Amino acid sequence: MIVDFTEVAVRDVSRHYGRRRALAKVTLECRSGEVLGLLGPNGAGKSTLLAILATLLAPSAGEVRYGTATASQAGAGLRAKLGFLSHDLHLYPELTARENLVFFARLYGIAEVQASVRTALERAGLSARADDFVAGFSRGMRQRLALERSLLHQPRLLLLDEPFTGLDDASVDALVERLCGLRAEGRIIVVVTHDLDVAERLLDKVAVLKDGRLVAFDHAHGRIREHYRAHVAKGQGQ
Amino acid sequence: MTTFLRVAGLVVRKDLTVEVRSREIVYTTIFFAVSCVLVFAFALVREGRPLEDAAAGIMWISVAFAGTLALGRTFERERHSETLRALMLAPASRPALYVGKLVGIVLLLLVVEAVLVPLVGLLFHAPIGSSPFRLAALLVLGTIGFSAVGTLFAAMLVRARSRDVMLPILLYPITIPVIIAGVRGTAALFEPVPAVDLADMWMALLAFFDIVFVTLALWTFEPLMTE
Amino acid sequence: MNKAYSVLVLAAIVLFAVAPAVVAQTPLESTMGLVQKIFYYHVPSAMAMFLAALVCGVASAVYLFKGRPGADRLAAAAAELAVVFGLIVLVTGPLWARKAWGVWWQWDARLTSTLLMWMIFVACLLVRRFGGAGAEKLGAAMALFGMANVPFVYISVNIWRTLHPTTAVIPKLPGGMRGPFWFCAVSFMLLFGLLLALRVRLEERRADVEQLYLMADHE
Repeated sequence: MIVDFTEVAVRDVSRHYGRRRALAKVTLECRSGEVLGLLGPNGAGKSTLLAILATLLAPSAGEVRYGTATASQAGAGLRAKLGFLSHDLHLYPELTARENLVFFARLYGIAEVQASVRTALERAGLSARADDFVAGFSRGMRQRLALERSLLHQPRLLLLDEPFTGLDDASVDALVERLCGLRAEGRIIVVVTHDLDVAERLLDKVAVLKDGRLVAFDHAHGRIREHYRAHVAKGQGQ
Repeated sequence: MTTFLRVAGLVVRKDLTVEVRSREIVYTTIFFAVSCVLVFAFALVREGRPLEDAAAGIMWISVAFAGTLALGRTFERERHSETLRALMLAPASRPALYVGKLVGIVLLLLVVEAVLVPLVGLLFHAPIGSSPFRLAALLVLGTIGFSAVGTLFAAMLVRARSRDVMLPILLYPITIPVIIAGVRGTAALFEPVPAVDLADMWMALLAFFDIVFVTLALWTFEPLMTE
Repeated sequence: MNKAYSVLVLAAIVLFAVAPAVVAQTPLESTMGLVQKIFYYHVPSAMAMFLAALVCGVASAVYLFKGRPGADRLAAAAAELAVVFGLIVLVTGPLWARKAWGVWWQWDARLTSTLLMWMIFVACLLVRRFGGAGAEKLGAAMALFGMANVPFVYISVNIWRTLHPTTAVIPKLPGGMRGPFWFCAVSFMLLFGLLLALRVRLEERRADVEQLYLMADHE
């Protein structure tokens, strides 16, 4: 059963490990055609929240609704609509670019495997290197491949954990352009980033986390630096 | 059902491709198993020669030790790029992922055993050719039992601390019946006149063990892997 | 809980105070004499251990499939008690064996199976302690697999053992011994129940403290 939805709503989500609180009563939402940015200092809980959105972690309290259903209600069909680009990239270095894509395409049960893989390789600009082992790729190349891999199954919700880290300017521009394109297609995009310039170019909404708490949730335009200075930079003596 | 098998098959093919390319785990595991056999052969001597009755025991112990290492290495590889997480993110059935990993491990261990059995036959003058089918059946059933529990625990331990030492701590007590059945069954077959009825009985026990524990593992894989 | 608990603790104290006297006046067993009386503590401890193991197994299954934290606390407490009572069994066993049969260890099916089960629960505790975050689920799986293993362990060890020569058989229970045996059995069961309740309460308090930390952190 494939689930589709136009909004992701996080309601009072908390997550703790023993006595350490990773997230405290976070409430926010994001709709189709919007890019939500999660900002905050290290250890603020951004990656934890992303993992919860990806259904990799269960919240200790609160719930996440994808449309009208929660993760447990929606079951495995929900995962078919989620795309996750983690910092670890989730690629098999011993396989070629093409083999990586084919494996995940088949795993997700995509109908036209070879066609999708070809398109993905083109979009990633790796058609020439398709049969080279991923172990030999640069960070930027792997990133592009990993992004296309997470998009193979046309996910409704795309989650990206610090995708701009370690990329050169050209790659950053390419990625921003790609994400804007995806936004235009009506996807829901949640991005964790430290890069304020990118944030200003890309985000529609911004959520600032600090010590697991949501200290700001607002429309992004023109407000990002203000929020950042108020909540994040303060703790870093800027 | 077909999706289940398809997913499991995908995982197996992927694991085999990766392993065939690097051959790291296969080579190191075989070498380790051979070293084990030699160490035991030197340690358990009588009148300056290896104890021939110990052949069955030494073989199975070496498989168990080598298997533990292989399990650790296989899942360490998955942990390296967090690809296990990627597998969990897919809409694929989790038990199918487990079965895929299990088959991969079993195949790997069977390759190791294919090297080990002739070696044991050579060093201990064990009659490995007297009942080859029964011996093979014992090895396959025992390997499945050991790997069924091992794959589950190793997958769980990917996120845990002290995972290197935790795997043997958890695995060995649970798989003692497998070792007992495997060793006694093999010893029965290595007798001058192979005690086939006894071996058959041990095989039946192993088959039961396999059924029970693979089922249990399929049940518990999902709750164990989700946080 | 407190009123009933205190009454039961008192009862347990009385039972254990009286027990040595009860055991002392049991008839002497024909072949082993005085030493056999260790049986009155050895077997009830084994019963307590297996009861603890059963509780741990069931609670672990509930925790794994239903996710109730109370079940996890019960499983942790039961695992500890299984190790404690198992230790009593494994110490009194060899003591008895030494005097009765002249050897410290006898690869008796029951004692060996008990040793293996005991090791499984020690492993449970080790993984809870050293496994890092999320280790409770691992411990639960271990207990569950341990439970499923009981018939296999017993059967395989039993058959394995019969291939070795045996030197003794556990005697059948004659009349004069039955009363004191059940007296001791009841005492041990009561002790087990009380310790379990106490230990679970400790875990609950610990969980409450964690909650308080979390709430304080919220401010």
